[in-house]
Amino acid sequence: MSTTARQETHAPADDRADAPAGDAAEVLLDEGLAKDLAAAALTLARRFAAGATLWCVAPAWEPHAHHVAVEFVHPVIVGKRALPAVALTGPGLVDAARLAVRPGDVILAVAAASDPDVAAVARRAPAWGATTLWIGNGPRPPAGAADHVLWVDDPDPRTPATGRFVLLYHLLWELTHVCFEHPGLLAPDDGCTDEVCVTCSDEGRLAEVITPDAPGGTLVRTANGEETVDTLLVGPVGPGDLLLVHAGAAITRLDEDGAR
Amino acid sequence: MSQENTGFLYPFLEAEERDADALLADLAESARAKAAESAELRRRTLAECAGRVAAAGAELARRFAAGGRMYTFGNGGSSTDAATLAALFARPPHGRPLPAWSLAADQAVLTALGNDVGFELVFSRQLIARARPGDIAVAMSTSGDSADLTTALAEAKRRGLFTIGFAGYDGGSFAAGGDVDVCFVVRSQSVHRIQESQALLGHELWRTVHEHLAAGERR
Repeated sequence: MSTTARQETHAPADDRADAPAGDAAEVLLDEGLAKDLAAAALTLARRFAAGATLWCVAPAWEPHAHHVAVEFVHPVIVGKRALPAVALTGPGLVDAARLAVRPGDVILAVAAASDPDVAAVARRAPAWGATTLWIGNGPRPPAGAADHVLWVDDPDPRTPATGRFVLLYHLLWELTHVCFEHPGLLAPDDGCTDEVCVTCSDEGRLAEVITPDAPGGTLVRTANGEETVDTLLVGPVGPGDLLLVHAGAAITRLDEDGAR
Repeated sequence: MSQENTGFLYPFLEAEERDADALLADLAESARAKAAESAELRRRTLAECAGRVAAAGAELARRFAAGGRMYTFGNGGSSTDAATLAALFARPPHGRPLPAWSLAADQAVLTALGNDVGFELVFSRQLIARARPGDIAVAMSTSGDSADLTTALAEAKRRGLFTIGFAGYDGGSFAAGGDVDVCFVVRSQSVHRIQESQALLGHELWRTVHEHLAAGERR
């Protein structure tokens, strides 16, 4: 489970075309995906407005990570602001992301749900204070695997090379810039206005172990920064382990599949 | 972001705006409209280019079967689309891998050439070093006018490579010059929509090559 309240994505709409690519009946964006895209764009614009960097990963099709990054850094439409976006590529992706990401940043993945590196990055993102966007096709990632899931349900493994993902991140870029024309809506949406705020009430925040041998306990990283916690309840831990922490103590260890 | 002084025109928008639902509905509708536009352009482009995809696919299959290799190149987003196309040929989800490379992949070569001989020559110099007469050069561009690409295509043509150009707008010099054997022009004024159609064209080209190769193996 994730301690972050992640957005439920829309189920595939009925009007999805099972037509071959490029057919007259091709529907590239059904209503549900359009709504998911709109919500993702507003989140991304809000994070950028607050100073975020966008980190792009696409292990199996790395050019997509580069395309997203160049789209935001060097817009094709003259006059649109350049935004900080960087492609993370090559081996050791989880380590590279851990080093790069700062609280408030956004990670955008273009990958299948089965990609182990992207799954590991997305699972850790809440402990790094990062928001996640996941673009892909075929079987969907499990519920809550990312904050925004932008999914093409067609399982064809050639989909990443047909321009459908290119369309999705082009639209994401376009909609994000539309959001910048609405500065009144760019204030963070995750303030503590709810009656019970999971983050602030400290019911159980996701933490990633930095080192178990720090003075005074186990040094962990959470969305709020680094802190030392007591791990007596969960037993021996190692660097990279994911824990739920509450009131200065680790209360649960999360398995690699995210289950408690 | 620079704040243009147009607030008096839209007193309910901009800084005072608080309700995101209206914006989200507008965004979703706009995304749907743009996707429909992209789908229509993809359909029209494939129909327009069908003959050229068939001809180029047959020629590429002949060249690959004879040991030919493919080099793809472009600038910016188009360089990534060129890299995706090379990856589709070289590491296909199914079917036989075919030798294809993106010439933007090596940062040492790219920066050495850019720094020492000029950016216009970053791709043509690599073709001089690597390419042989039976090979294939693929340039991806939206304008069809970038000097590094036209220079590389001219070099490729001189060396007996089969040259393919992807362009948008009116095709630019890719369509006007004599260095491109097959030119795919996506008739649009939008860089984004052009690239979305080009990706599909590239995919169709790859599919056609495999159809020809499979037919050749059966004979």
